[in-house]
Amino acid sequence: MAMEVTQVLLSAQSVDSTVRKHAEETLKQFQEQNLPGFLLSLSAELANEEKPVDSRKLAGLVLKNALDAKEQHRKYELMQRWLSLDVTVKSQIKACLLQMLSSTVSDARSTASQVIAKVAGIELPQKQWPELIGMLLANVHQVPPHVKQASLETLGYMCEEVVPEVVEQDQVNKILTAVVQGMNASESNIEVRLAATRALYNALGFAQANFSNDVERDYIMRVVCEATLSPEVKIRQAAYECLVSIGSTYYEKLAPYIQDIFNITSKAVREDEEPVALQAIEFWSSICDEEIDILEEYGSREFTADSDIPCYYFIKQALPALVPMLLETLLKQEEDQDQDEGAWNLAMAGGTCLGLVARTVGDDIVPLVLPFIEENITKADWRQREAATYAFGSILEGPSPDKLTPIVNVALSFMLAALTKDPSSHVKDTTAWTLGRIFEFLHGSTVETPIITPANCQQIVTVLLESMKDAPNVAEKACGALYFLAQGYEDVGSTSPLTPYFQEIVQSLLLVTHREDAGESRLRTAAYETLNEVVRCSTEETARLVLGLVQVIMTELHKTLEAQKLSSDERDKQNELQGLLCGCLQVIIQKLGASEPTKYAFMQYADQIMNLFLQVFACRSATVHEEAMLAIGALAYATGPNFAKYMPEFYKYLEMGLQNFEEYQVCAVTVGVVGDICRALEDKILPFCDGIMTQLLKDLSSNQLHRSVKPPIFSCFGDIALAIGENFDKYLMYAMPMLQSAAELSAHTSGADDEMIEYTNLLRNGILEAYSGIFQGFKNSPKTQLLIPYAPHILQFLDSIYMEKDMDDVVMKTAIGVLGDLADTLGSNAGSLIQQSLSSKDFLNECLSSEDHLIKESAEWARLAISRAISV
Amino acid sequence: MAPHDLRRPFKRAAISDQQRRRELSLQRQAQNRRDAQHQARFLAHTILSLQNDSTEPEQELESAPQVEQQAQDFDVRQAARLRGPEARRWFAKQLMLPEWMIDVPERLNTDWYVCARPAGKRCFVVSSNGTTVSRLRNGSMLHRFPSALPNGARTNNSSRSGQSYCILDCIFHEPDQTYYVIDMVCWAGMSLYECTAEFRFFWLNSKLVETGACNDPSPYHRYRFRTILIYNCDQEGLTAAYAGPAPYVKDGLLFYNKHAHYQPGNTPLVLVWKDESCSQYVIDTDSKGQIPDQQQVVLELLDDGRLATSDDPSIIFGCLEQYFIQKTGLQAGNLLRFAISEGGLCFADGKLERADLHYLGKPNRARAFADSYSKVIFQYTARHSPLRIEHLLASINSVNEEENTDMVG
Repeated sequence: MAMEVTQVLLSAQSVDSTVRKHAEETLKQFQEQNLPGFLLSLSAELANEEKPVDSRKLAGLVLKNALDAKEQHRKYELMQRWLSLDVTVKSQIKACLLQMLSSTVSDARSTASQVIAKVAGIELPQKQWPELIGMLLANVHQVPPHVKQASLETLGYMCEEVVPEVVEQDQVNKILTAVVQGMNASESNIEVRLAATRALYNALGFAQANFSNDVERDYIMRVVCEATLSPEVKIRQAAYECLVSIGSTYYEKLAPYIQDIFNITSKAVREDEEPVALQAIEFWSSICDEEIDILEEYGSREFTADSDIPCYYFIKQALPALVPMLLETLLKQEEDQDQDEGAWNLAMAGGTCLGLVARTVGDDIVPLVLPFIEENITKADWRQREAATYAFGSILEGPSPDKLTPIVNVALSFMLAALTKDPSSHVKDTTAWTLGRIFEFLHGSTVETPIITPANCQQIVTVLLESMKDAPNVAEKACGALYFLAQGYEDVGSTSPLTPYFQEIVQSLLLVTHREDAGESRLRTAAYETLNEVVRCSTEETARLVLGLVQVIMTELHKTLEAQKLSSDERDKQNELQGLLCGCLQVIIQKLGASEPTKYAFMQYADQIMNLFLQVFACRSATVHEEAMLAIGALAYATGPNFAKYMPEFYKYLEMGLQNFEEYQVCAVTVGVVGDICRALEDKILPFCDGIMTQLLKDLSSNQLHRSVKPPIFSCFGDIALAIGENFDKYLMYAMPMLQSAAELSAHTSGADDEMIEYTNLLRNGILEAYSGIFQGFKNSPKTQLLIPYAPHILQFLDSIYMEKDMDDVVMKTAIGVLGDLADTLGSNAGSLIQQSLSSKDFLNECLSSEDHLIKESAEWARLAISRAISV
Repeated sequence: MAPHDLRRPFKRAAISDQQRRRELSLQRQAQNRRDAQHQARFLAHTILSLQNDSTEPEQELESAPQVEQQAQDFDVRQAARLRGPEARRWFAKQLMLPEWMIDVPERLNTDWYVCARPAGKRCFVVSSNGTTVSRLRNGSMLHRFPSALPNGARTNNSSRSGQSYCILDCIFHEPDQTYYVIDMVCWAGMSLYECTAEFRFFWLNSKLVETGACNDPSPYHRYRFRTILIYNCDQEGLTAAYAGPAPYVKDGLLFYNKHAHYQPGNTPLVLVWKDESCSQYVIDTDSKGQIPDQQQVVLELLDDGRLATSDDPSIIFGCLEQYFIQKTGLQAGNLLRFAISEGGLCFADGKLERADLHYLGKPNRARAFADSYSKVIFQYTARHSPLRIEHLLASINSVNEEENTDMVG
């Protein structure tokens, strides 16, 4: 069955694109026509020591890609395809792969390791290939180091592929023993020790039982800590990676080791090479992550004793030594780190960790950092000034406003002066960022003592606007600061302190968007985002100016449409700019549409704007522009029934958006827009419903579509039914079974994790909103009786989610509303069914006495509707 | 296995503005969906009750309570379209009338709201078909004007459907020519009769401003509307309503039971109370604006000569002799004005036992109702031993103290 594929594989790597494409086509045909033969040929190629390394490596890679894919649906398909292959074919391939672990060619070994792990990922959960782990373990005890190394590496990859439940504890123990032995200082071969250390990283998730055993845990911890002292930098780095992972996976087991870990990490941070030092800082950052989560959990519960994991306050204990260590790192900046998007160095990691520490311990950090700031902020060396500013900016989230406000009041004018005058661009960047943090955390309606007063507001605005003319990275931070300055006045009422500067701010931001260098440091994006926030937080005093902005942004959008024959790079830029402009228009439409007088004034532009959006759609071939779609939703809401005139032209893009499985955000946004249009057009949407419903039903049946889009699609059924009323009857036979099977799936959540429960509640809410819309839509229609057959199942669904006791407030509100809608629409037809249901008694009573006024309101409605239904 | 990327976000805001735009859109859509759903539920309800009425016409004619019921269930959408005398008659019955506070209700601090009542003309404001009409307590028209309320003016915008209308319970405050909205009965076509005060105020506060009705007057919006501050009736709220600043002249305090629905006619679930420091008109004046020496009351003459208050059921204050009725030519249903003489009001077991009344004549023709029992008693006690703000505050405090003692006990 196997075929000679060497030449094809080599051609597939040719520099000549014609040759390459032809080879790729040949491989594809071979795979389609004879899959077993194809896979056998590839494994034979990989296993043949006489073949060139390049063709062997590619053979392995193609083999790997035939077993796994990123996309869930495709992954599942490939898995099923492998499982259905003939056993002898699979055995033959697996034998080739295992044999390769002994190859003297390291690329061949490494490739085989990865393929073996993929096969294991498919077969072990099916209880197939039981001998694999035993064989790998036997290999580890063989003498040639390269076999040992490859087998350890394979064990590591395998642990990455399968979930711990698949492997028996007995085998876990053996794997861990082999891996930890391989890591031990007594292992003389560096490659073996490195492979073992990296394997441990993946195997840690399997070690629950072993970490509960004091002796075993002590042993693992000792070996890991010793490996952090290895003379080999790669091993030290890999050992710290293990330590970071242990820090988050086994936080509650760390107490006996934390002092030692502090000692070795602080030595590494101060003395070791950067990749190792970064991992050592990361250890403390991840401990902060853990403690922040635990303390948040504490905050949300009344009694701390309830918490699953206690907080050991490692950060608080380490504080006096940890903070100075982190402050030292701040002085190790790189010259151009602000211009380099990919930069990640000691100073950045140290400052980030300091910020996390501040969030973990709150007020306690302030006295430890303040002397450092005071000492360095006026020094001649830019590094010291920058480090001091960065330290200040880092601790602004966490400590209480009471603690910070007096310091900020003193520092503010210094910061404003530094942003104007400091000779170092680096210092100015950090200063602008720090100002942004000050406004983000210490400015707003919830803060008691305002730091921005009539006395300093003008100066702040002036300095920020001036700073927007600075280097792109500085200007971008200044925009960010302005963003949070505006956000602080979000709920200021009818007069905003920013009103006097509104015009000037808008002009300056528009100037920024036109800067030649606005493409650098995401400056243009920041300027538009800030403009959006300024508009969102504006008051009616400046409504006229916001209205004036409509034409300005429309003109900008129009300009992007004039460009012809673009290169793909230019097209990306055009696309991005159109996104920013459509986003800005969306914000403006939503702002002006929210109050009647401004809405009327805005309406004069509706035709022009819609026309522009349609052109934005038209200049792309197959996809729909998400931002334009969002903006159209806002426009439909503002326009109301008049939106009908745009439908004939807009419809095709709506359909295109609903078909976009790959970019699921686009699909989700489009589904939301269908809802907007339903509410705007009401029954005038009817002519388009066949198409829309067909598309929505297709979306629901597809397993390619991201699951997060499904709940909104159900809600959208409700929107459509409410808009077209009894005309929804022809869709009942399709929609109802789908709702019913989704309801059955979402009724029970036993054993699901938090994320799954959250999703299930979203799904339930969508299903219930669909039922609500359908019942209300059919009310008072002779076709109401069509719904009677569905009532028992719907009531049963309500009862079962009530019994499950895991619904959130949103679902509760929607669910009790559905009970009311069912009673309201079906009336006496469902009277006895309703009386038999648990929902009409216990659930209703629970909702009636709810603290949440929306739940209570829906419950009052349900009670009213039920009393009418059963009294008739 | 390559080392894992450990870069964390650096000097960046955690949420992108695009994500924020998506989320704000979703919030708006969810809110719009809720509104649409809510409107469907309540709109449909009013249609439904009208249909029910028309299918059972015989029953309705038989007994008085049924007729009363019909008046309440009347489709408010049609009411908004009524004109002339019909409209007067209908609206005269629709306002919810507070009783006077003659003793402090239980759970005042938990179950009640309080607000300072603006001095002025109590009226219903109805917007529909592109115009807005305000009607006084007796049903007569006060103003017809364009407003920014839903369907309250003819503008070139036709996005509002014909079903859109609204009915607000207001007080027109002359000095600043402003309608202060004290309750919301229907909004954008949906009825709020069946909703609790808690919900009505929530809806009022979230919807009114959106329309622009609170903006300064303009050619399409002749009078400004304003909401008033509604407080929880705790120590702080009561003090704020009583002594705090208000943009209008105060005329006493209104108390709303949080759970009460909007109910036409007298109700003990809304109460009014006043004293000299929060109202210019504590003790009733006569037609010349003078406080008469003796308290005056207006009562309705019943068939059998008894004199009744406007309450349902009414309270009897006394009885006219047949020969007096014949001599003065009075008829059953007439409203009559009396003074309370030196004998005053006598109570036994908390009930009125005897009133020393002196006939004065007929009241002003505009008068549509007799006095309510609570009004008479409030006026009476205001002259003799008023219920003071200290009593109200003390009742709130005593609740707090009781709660404390409970804990110890």
